[in-house]
Amino acid sequence: MSPGWPLWEVFVRARRGVSHVHFGSVHAADNETALQAARDLFTRRQEGKSIWVVRSTDVVASDPDDEGELFDPASGKDYRLPTDYRLPPEVDHM
Amino acid sequence: MIRNQEQFDAVIKADQRIESDDWMPDDYRKTLIRQIAQHAHSEIIGMQPEGAWITRAPSLRRKSILTAKVQDEAGHGLYLYGATETLGPDRSELLDLLHTKKQKYSSIFNYPSPTWADVGAIGWLVDGAAIMNQVPLCRCSYGPYGRAMVRICKEESFHQRQGFQIMLTLAEGTNEQKAMAQEALNRWWWPSIMMFGPPDTESVHNARNMAWGIKRYTNDELRQTFIDASVPQAELLGLTVPDPDLVWNEERAHYDFGEPDWDEFTRMVRGEGEMPAERIRTRLEAHNEGAWVREAAEAYAAKQQRDAA
Repeated sequence: MSPGWPLWEVFVRARRGVSHVHFGSVHAADNETALQAARDLFTRRQEGKSIWVVRSTDVVASDPDDEGELFDPASGKDYRLPTDYRLPPEVDHM
Repeated sequence: MIRNQEQFDAVIKADQRIESDDWMPDDYRKTLIRQIAQHAHSEIIGMQPEGAWITRAPSLRRKSILTAKVQDEAGHGLYLYGATETLGPDRSELLDLLHTKKQKYSSIFNYPSPTWADVGAIGWLVDGAAIMNQVPLCRCSYGPYGRAMVRICKEESFHQRQGFQIMLTLAEGTNEQKAMAQEALNRWWWPSIMMFGPPDTESVHNARNMAWGIKRYTNDELRQTFIDASVPQAELLGLTVPDPDLVWNEERAHYDFGEPDWDEFTRMVRGEGEMPAERIRTRLEAHNEGAWVREAAEAYAAKQQRDAA
């Protein structure tokens, strides 16, 4: 690896029917070698059937400092959960 | 990667999933585009009958619940449009198909909801029937659709419970409230039964969609399961299911039930009556009134790009 090679985020689909999941990252000079590096590094034991690589700089991430502002408003809204509705035992499986 | 019919058939036979970059038969792709898009349209149009009740919901809690439910429906529409897009068509194309009535949405949303009890009956019966249809779709052979359905089913589990709770509250209330619940049940029972589609003998695509793993149970199987589950729930409410032929069949261990009005079903699917035009008008109004927001977002993005250059 040369210094200055860009970073790529690696997503692997374990098998048909499940989503690609973030596995980690690799440095590589271009698309093709990024895929090869990801394959060599993350799927030595048949961990996947499909790989996506995305330039890390193309990932737009939320600011960790904004966590409260972004996600706290969803708290205290338990009426979005099935457990918030008491029903008679005969129909409680609903 | 699937490259031909033979490999496709092998994956289907092994009950594995097809992914968006796989080869697939044209009819499989077309069927899925139609089905997932119509499912998405149904979620978006389905916001209207209940959305109309948010301002009139009888308490702050009921308003919050209903708002959350309508938000979910918007979200579920977006998950499903996203899944449709993995098959080729883009978002604006799909919305055009809805707006120009070239693709349908579930005709259940063309029934009016005149009272608060209808909101309860919709949650209990319409969402109940939808969940019964949707749970097997989590195992649909097309991966992106199945994955969207897993999220949707999980989020929707409160929809039916809140509806039943509304019905329960009304059924335990004054005589007028109980009558209101009974009338809503009378209005929604048969339309809910018909949500499972025509009888298996009339259903054109049943066999093919079962073979493709898009469908897992036939219309009539799901209908029977729904009726078996719902009748005891109506009894618990102390309400009467509006079907004089409904009777428990000990031998079959299922309820026998009367014939739905399939002529009404056909009229509703054809889009007869005032409601379809009203639904599309409301939808288009919302779309057009939102145009300035989309334009502003584009103008801002263009400015950011200019400033960065």
